[in-house]
Amino acid sequence: MNLTLKIWRQKDSNAKGQMVDYKVTDISEHMSFLEMMDVLNEQLINAGEEPVAFDHDCREGICGMCSMYINGEAHGPDRGVTTCQLHMRMFKDGDTITIEPFRAAAFPVIKDLVVDRTAFDRIQHAGGYISVNTSGNTQDANAIPISKHAADEAMDAATCIGCGACVATCKNSSAMLFVGAKVSQYALLPQGQVEAADRVRNMVAQMDLEGFGNCTNTGACEIECPKGISLDNIARMNRELMKAQF
Amino acid sequence: MSGFFKSSIGRKVAMALSAFFLMIFLLQHFAINLLSVFSGDIFNEVSHFMGTNWLIQFVMQPVLIFGVVFHFIMGFILEIKNKKAKGVAYAKNNGAANSTWVSRNMIYSGLVILAFILLHFIDFWFPEINTKYIQGDWSGVHEGVEGYRYFHELQEKFVNPARVAAYIVAFVFLALHLLHGFTSAFQSMGATAGRKKTLQNIGKAYSIIIPAGFIIIALYHHFNHIH
Ligand code: HEM
Ligand code: SF4
Ligand code: FES
Repeated sequence: MNLTLKIWRQKDSNAKGQMVDYKVTDISEHMSFLEMMDVLNEQLINAGEEPVAFDHDCREGICGMCSMYINGEAHGPDRGVTTCQLHMRMFKDGDTITIEPFRAAAFPVIKDLVVDRTAFDRIQHAGGYISVNTSGNTQDANAIPISKHAADEAMDAATCIGCGACVATCKNSSAMLFVGAKVSQYALLPQGQVEAADRVRNMVAQMDLEGFGNCTNTGACEIECPKGISLDNIARMNRELMKAQF
Repeated sequence: MSGFFKSSIGRKVAMALSAFFLMIFLLQHFAINLLSVFSGDIFNEVSHFMGTNWLIQFVMQPVLIFGVVFHFIMGFILEIKNKKAKGVAYAKNNGAANSTWVSRNMIYSGLVILAFILLHFIDFWFPEINTKYIQGDWSGVHEGVEGYRYFHELQEKFVNPARVAAYIVAFVFLALHLLHGFTSAFQSMGATAGRKKTLQNIGKAYSIIIPAGFIIIALYHHFNHIH
């Protein structure tokens, strides 16, 4: 199929940037979206132009790098997938596709479609871990009984890949689905209890410091999240923070 | 604890608490207005009690004003902060793909309600303050009106069709505000119950029945009291 692409081009973090139109031809519907972008970039390189910079790594939906806002949705129109898992069969011959970087003041653009998501790393450093002595006599995790229900819910929360689609989608650029998932995966397990109060306080404080917005419960993040992280995790984080006051 | 209410989540909790308070107030206000349809006398009695009881006048009324002002100021603050957090807007954004219109436009439904509250203050509240606190008349009676004056004043207000129309528009927007706000407030308080069918249905019922009720009461008085 033949497509028109409207892509955000920005030389570096200080440049102004603008939308630029491109044409690609003979795109197979079996290609992934990133493969289509590869075709465009080869075309640009052959013409002596600067290729479009975009983030990617695993190309199988687990690293969370492939941040693109496609036709007004994070990771494009399909559900439960990242951009690398999005197939070109979701589009029609002759379509115009708008491709922008994830937008949030806390995710500044580095170049073209590449944004800086180290704010998420700093939130994780603030408390997204448990302090375990790994000297060699660590207790076997299976020695601690955990209910199937709690284990399942913690595992669901832990599937968050830190892609940032929730922030990109949210009209408030709120990071609460991400932080809610990271808080929940420990809050649900006995190993997470010891540091629970400090964890949620420090992670929320870091989230606010990074300049993410306030959740208004539109629920858009949950719909666009490639891993189906539930809004219930935000409610749990709110409860954890309230509990941490006493 | 003071740090809590400065955090993003603390602000959301404060917003939800003020909203709960307003929703309870609205229910009480509706109940009293409803009386006016069945009996002018009972409406008068209750209005006189509400208007002269010291607990309601000097405790509940200031709390209510604080609640309303807090709610919309906090609403504006959150809106400004959230706009800033987005930074650059998308060239193309398909909001309808993942969220409802009402959830994305709380500030606009809120602004219409705010405009209505101002009108409401000019209509009812300022004259009350003037009569009671400036002229010092706490009697509840008025020359040429039999019994207490409240029911008569209410009827007079709904003669003008333009005012009735403004009421209808405002309450439609209140319904839109509540269709998102009701369950949202539960979620903000950390209750996942807001996402369960039962509470969603209660929210829908509240958001539609109460505003519709206010509209019906206004229309009732309009059509039953054309000079
Ligand atoms: C005075 C005019 C008003 C303005 C400007 C206003 C504005 C807002 C805004 C911007 C929000 C969204 C904030 C958020 O979701 O975090 C909101 C939430 C809400 N509002 Fe209002 N509002 C007004 C009046 C009212 C009234 C009269 C009621 C109820 C009787 C009400 C009930 C609610 C509820 C239930 C929420 C949801 C709270 C939450 O999500 O935690 N609002 N309001
Ligand atoms: S919650 Fe979902 S959308 Fe947000 S970072 Fe995690 S995986 Fe991505
Ligand atoms: S490239 Fe790893 S998730 Fe898409």
